[in-house]
Amino acid sequence: MKSLEELNAIRNKVRARVDLRSEDENQTRVVVGMATCGIAAGARPVLNALAELVAEKGLKNVAVVQTGCIGLCRFEPIVEVLEPGKETVTYVHMTADKAKEIVETHLIKGQPVIKYTLSAAEK
Amino acid sequence: MMPEISLNVLDVAENSIRAEAKLVQILVTVDPDRDQLTIQIIDDGKGMTEEQVAKVTDPFFTTRTTRKVGLGIPFFKLAAEAAGGSFQIKSVPGDGTEVTAVFGLSNIDRMPLGDISSTIHTLIVYNPQTDFYYRYSYGSSAFELDTRQIKEILGGVPLDTPEVSAYIKEYLEENKSETDGGALI
Repeated sequence: MKSLEELNAIRNKVRARVDLRSEDENQTRVVVGMATCGIAAGARPVLNALAELVAEKGLKNVAVVQTGCIGLCRFEPIVEVLEPGKETVTYVHMTADKAKEIVETHLIKGQPVIKYTLSAAEK
Repeated sequence: MMPEISLNVLDVAENSIRAEAKLVQILVTVDPDRDQLTIQIIDDGKGMTEEQVAKVTDPFFTTRTTRKVGLGIPFFKLAAEAAGGSFQIKSVPGDGTEVTAVFGLSNIDRMPLGDISSTIHTLIVYNPQTDFYYRYSYGSSAFELDTRQIKEILGGVPLDTPEVSAYIKEYLEENKSETDGGALI
């Protein structure tokens, strides 16, 4: 059995590096719908993929958070990207693979992936 | 319907978080001798009135305003009852809610438990303001995880720090497979 002992070592290792992140105004928020509709449609792997990629790429200014149902259940899993001073981009029918593309193209390079957005899906 | 029971657990536990629970207890008990899989989700959130409890298994009852149907609890109830099991909710306003679903372990209509470690990991890491106590047992073996203990060790290091998040995931997965010997549930 794995014990909690190891956690002491991890804490000592990362404590120096972890600056207690504050929710500042310049932070980009990536919001994943985690109500029944989102979960049934596959939101759990999407949330995990986004959070893992954001951590892996060291995107300090990005917070991955959850929300409830926003009333667009047929488009779930839904991910909204809220960048300060920009219009909200709503991605629909998300998968872990699409999440990867969004991290690389939108969050890192700053170009929304239009083909996965709500407005593209509604056309 | 949810394709795996672990997603019902995630969904119902999200209700507990929305009900402002400080502590959510999730107990997964696999009992091969009695041929039962029991899931209990116990929270200390704001609870429901008798009237709300009576209505909550009705898909056309929900407290939310963004849509008119609430399928979380009906899905969970249906999944248990379709697998020769039972379903119960007890709730006291101001005290909390306790959901118990029992499944026939070998019942052909039982959905697989699925990736329960991923559900628990997701709950713990992305809801740092809520504490979780998780216990997984298989026959006479068991393991547990208590975020109050973890937070005490971490002393302010956030749960979503990559190394901490990865450790919690490994802890859940390794201890589960040692507890159930890798049985397919």
